[in-house]
Amino acid sequence: MKSKSSRYLAMPYIIWIVGFIVIPLLTIVYYGFTDPNHAFTLGNLAEILVWENYRPLYRAMLLAASCTAICFLLAFPLAMILREHKVGRGSIIVFIFILPMWMNSLLRILAWQTLLERKGVINGMLTALHLPEQHLINTTAAVLIGMVYDFLPFMILPLYNALMKIDDNTVNAAYDLGASFWQTLTKIILPLSVPGIVSGVTMVFVPALTTFAISNMLGGGKIYLIGNVIEQEFMQDSDWNQGSGLSLVLMIFVIVSMLFVNHFDDKSDTRRGGIM
Amino acid sequence: MSKNLLQLQNISKSYDGQLILDDLSLDIHENSFVTFLGPSGCGKTTTLRIIGGFEKPDQGRVLFDGADITDLPANKRQLNTVFQKYALFPHMSIADNIAFGLRIKNKPESYIKDKIKYALKLVNLDGFEKRSIDSLSGGQQQRIAIARAIVNEPRLLLLDEPLGALDLKLRQEMQYELIRLKNELGITFIYVTHDQEEALTMSDYVVVMNQGYIQQAGSPEQIYNEPENAFVADFIGDSNIIGGVMLEDYVVRICGKTFKCVDAGFGTNKPVDVVIRPEDVEIIEDDDPKAILHGEMTHIIFKGEIYEMECRSEDGFEWLIHSTEMHEPGKKVGLYVKPSNIQIMNKPESEDEEALGVEE
Repeated sequence: MKSKSSRYLAMPYIIWIVGFIVIPLLTIVYYGFTDPNHAFTLGNLAEILVWENYRPLYRAMLLAASCTAICFLLAFPLAMILREHKVGRGSIIVFIFILPMWMNSLLRILAWQTLLERKGVINGMLTALHLPEQHLINTTAAVLIGMVYDFLPFMILPLYNALMKIDDNTVNAAYDLGASFWQTLTKIILPLSVPGIVSGVTMVFVPALTTFAISNMLGGGKIYLIGNVIEQEFMQDSDWNQGSGLSLVLMIFVIVSMLFVNHFDDKSDTRRGGIM
Repeated sequence: MSKNLLQLQNISKSYDGQLILDDLSLDIHENSFVTFLGPSGCGKTTTLRIIGGFEKPDQGRVLFDGADITDLPANKRQLNTVFQKYALFPHMSIADNIAFGLRIKNKPESYIKDKIKYALKLVNLDGFEKRSIDSLSGGQQQRIAIARAIVNEPRLLLLDEPLGALDLKLRQEMQYELIRLKNELGITFIYVTHDQEEALTMSDYVVVMNQGYIQQAGSPEQIYNEPENAFVADFIGDSNIIGGVMLEDYVVRICGKTFKCVDAGFGTNKPVDVVIRPEDVEIIEDDDPKAILHGEMTHIIFKGEIYEMECRSEDGFEWLIHSTEMHEPGKKVGLYVKPSNIQIMNKPESEDEEALGVEE
């Protein structure tokens, strides 16, 4: 039904999409492909080939991939346990794991800063126990901890949803046909939870790859990621052209990774496990 | 008599303090078609899950071919289950579904290929190997679920209301299909259903269950013709259940009249329950000397092959009668029942036995 009134109802959203997505994106594309004199150039994109730029991109890819893998390894067993014990959506346990999603992520990272600082909570406890102080903050590990903590709920929720959707009798049928727990897990449960894994991986990998706040607050400027490079281009160097060019490169990396991940989803089956 | 393949010994099971199975014992013969029949919540599915290994009994033992398998996990048991909603693996092709059990057992691929072909032929779905599960109708999915189970050559096949989701015509078709399969394969079937017609049509042996007890176990004919208590009589087919008094052997008093019957051994002047099937009540002329009861027709419904009618006898009892002959409401008639069609049952005495009784 495409009446005139329904088209009017869509107007606020069209304005929103154009004003806050399409125009900014086109602006970035424009800046990305031009030099300060508004002449066409591919130089901004080629900037990624410079050591100072591709090193942070490589580091960000590595950290995001590690963060995604750790989140998966933590979330999947948890989701399996919740499924095994038939823990429903409304239960306290699920609520506790989802709760951090309701809090501002910067606040959560700030809390980690307090924990990991040189004179922070953890070192305070170590000193009290007469143990040597540890250098915790401003390390790659600190950034990784922050990422995992920040993004874990986004892995748990889709995995939990996907696992809860698997019919008990489908799992029982595998046991009935002689499969061990491990065989049931790899041949039935994992393949059937692919839609949830894809959602989870997407929701963790993309923000982890593009973050600059976490590396700023827990890396102290020492752990320099591609997000930090782009932030600096815009904020400190005021070089919108180069910032836009690198943003476009990062965007390509995000799109390629997502195409790669979604490839598995299409292969599995048509039933999709949404985020919620 | 063939030997026992499966023995359930004093099985009890409760959930959240509620007793589901109470001291249930049952022997199942090799190569029989056994049906667990009962209303929902009677414990029939729980019994099946205990046999399948998906549930552990609180008490009692399960013996398979003489060996105790009570603590054996499901994947180590020599039996297979066909689940209620088929439980096929949606991410696999039909061939992969059927091959699942065989691949787990590391059978050679050439053997698996032959088995798939054979199984698909057996369930009348030749050439379906490459199809996806989604492209199948409910009846076809059911057949695949059966094929997936039987390629493993189980000695016992458990079927949990496998036809429950199918429409009437397909159900009837599948009933014959299952009987044929059973005869061709020569394996023991345990079938769970709440549909009494299905149970009577398919099985050699029917186990009627209610509230965690076996009410009666026997051949379909025994269950139908000689129900042991009011629950079985009421659950299996339509029936007239009347309180009566056994005056002496072969004589029972119901509705204020004396009937001859063929049962003995109840004692004298003993209160009993009497069951008379609606098709066994004969409607005759009011003045026929054969008439034991006299009454007036009250209702009539045309049911296709028969008329279902009700007749109120002088003492006020409403008789349910099935007949191919029509008798208009308001007509005065005589009623006659052959002695062999009167089935006498003990009245429940203790509270425990009361639990076996009809539940409204």
